[in-house]
Amino acid sequence: MGAVNQFVMGWSDWWKLAEWFLVLSAFSVGGPLILLPEMRRFLVVDQGWITDEQVAASVALAQSAPGPNVLFVALLGWNVGINAGSYWVAFIVAATTMICIMLPCSVILYCTAQWVQKNSHRRSVRAFKQGMSPVVVPMLIASGWTLATAGTTLNDWPLWALSAGTVFLVLWGKIPLVLLIAIGGVLGATGCLSL
Amino acid sequence: MSSVTKNNPRSVLELFVFFSLLALQGFGGMIAFIEEGLVRKKKWMTREEFLEDWAVARTLPGPPAINMGIIIGARHFGVRGALAAVLGVFLFPSLLVMGLAILYTKFSHLHQVSDALRGMGAVAAGLLIATGIKLLTALPSNIMGLRICSVIAVVAFVLVGLLHIRVSYALFGLGSISCFYAYHCLRNKK
Repeated sequence: MGAVNQFVMGWSDWWKLAEWFLVLSAFSVGGPLILLPEMRRFLVVDQGWITDEQVAASVALAQSAPGPNVLFVALLGWNVGINAGSYWVAFIVAATTMICIMLPCSVILYCTAQWVQKNSHRRSVRAFKQGMSPVVVPMLIASGWTLATAGTTLNDWPLWALSAGTVFLVLWGKIPLVLLIAIGGVLGATGCLSL
Repeated sequence: MSSVTKNNPRSVLELFVFFSLLALQGFGGMIAFIEEGLVRKKKWMTREEFLEDWAVARTLPGPPAINMGIIIGARHFGVRGALAAVLGVFLFPSLLVMGLAILYTKFSHLHQVSDALRGMGAVAAGLLIATGIKLLTALPSNIMGLRICSVIAVVAFVLVGLLHIRVSYALFGLGSISCFYAYHCLRNKK
């Protein structure tokens, strides 16, 4: 499986891990997934705590499971803990990484949001909201676009058709979104999407 | 569109339940579900207001979908509301995902599993694009006018979606130009 040997986490390791994720959190504009290369460098290359396969599986699993994608950070921690010993250690490391990646950015956001709310009449605040709106919407479309096309070839046209059909159904249909996801899963599992 | 009557969340508990349910449905990114839930189902805000909050959530550090929860929670119930939203988003999905992590190591070799995930991924991609298109319909009321907004939106898409420029560069580069122009428009309007 992995090339990682079992290891025991000392106090300094816990602190290094917590500190790294606390710092990354403050820079996670657009979501922590953007910082994946940094996390990989620390966990795989510098510390050798987990393997590249474990990193890839963590991201894939968090993206395919319900809930926020940022849970991949908990899974990275989970894998560190598994390699370090047991489910118990895994659980504690997962909780640690998750709290550290969420705490600084949430505090920054909370304070800013309250300030923005109090000063929403100010021209600078209104200009910020109005000015950023046309910039952030296409980014949403762009991430959908990247997700739909990354790693696909012309032979994957059924997948593209499924994405396009989803867009159509969301805009003009009344089907619950979670049902659409389920349909996608069934179509995939039954082999309708692979030629 | 924005003349619909608006509601408010009645309690911290309602907020917690709302975000828990969203999180448990939210495959491949929660934003499509949050928009649907807040604007169309609960009517806690209009699409225009959603877009303004999204602009803040997307520009500050942290996962944008969760930032959105903190903003909504904080607006109605302060710290307690923000905590309820975050707890709702994380509590059940994190337990679920660890269970899945254990299952995944046992079943990941089955090709049906990876095929199903690919199908779900394609739908999730469609959901993101559709949510973006929905939010585009809120742009005509923007202070900068539809024409300028369209130009900015197209440039942003080309930079990030096609040229794969780093999101933070596009956000702050193009974003600051856009904000300055919006400021200029707001001043002239008065």
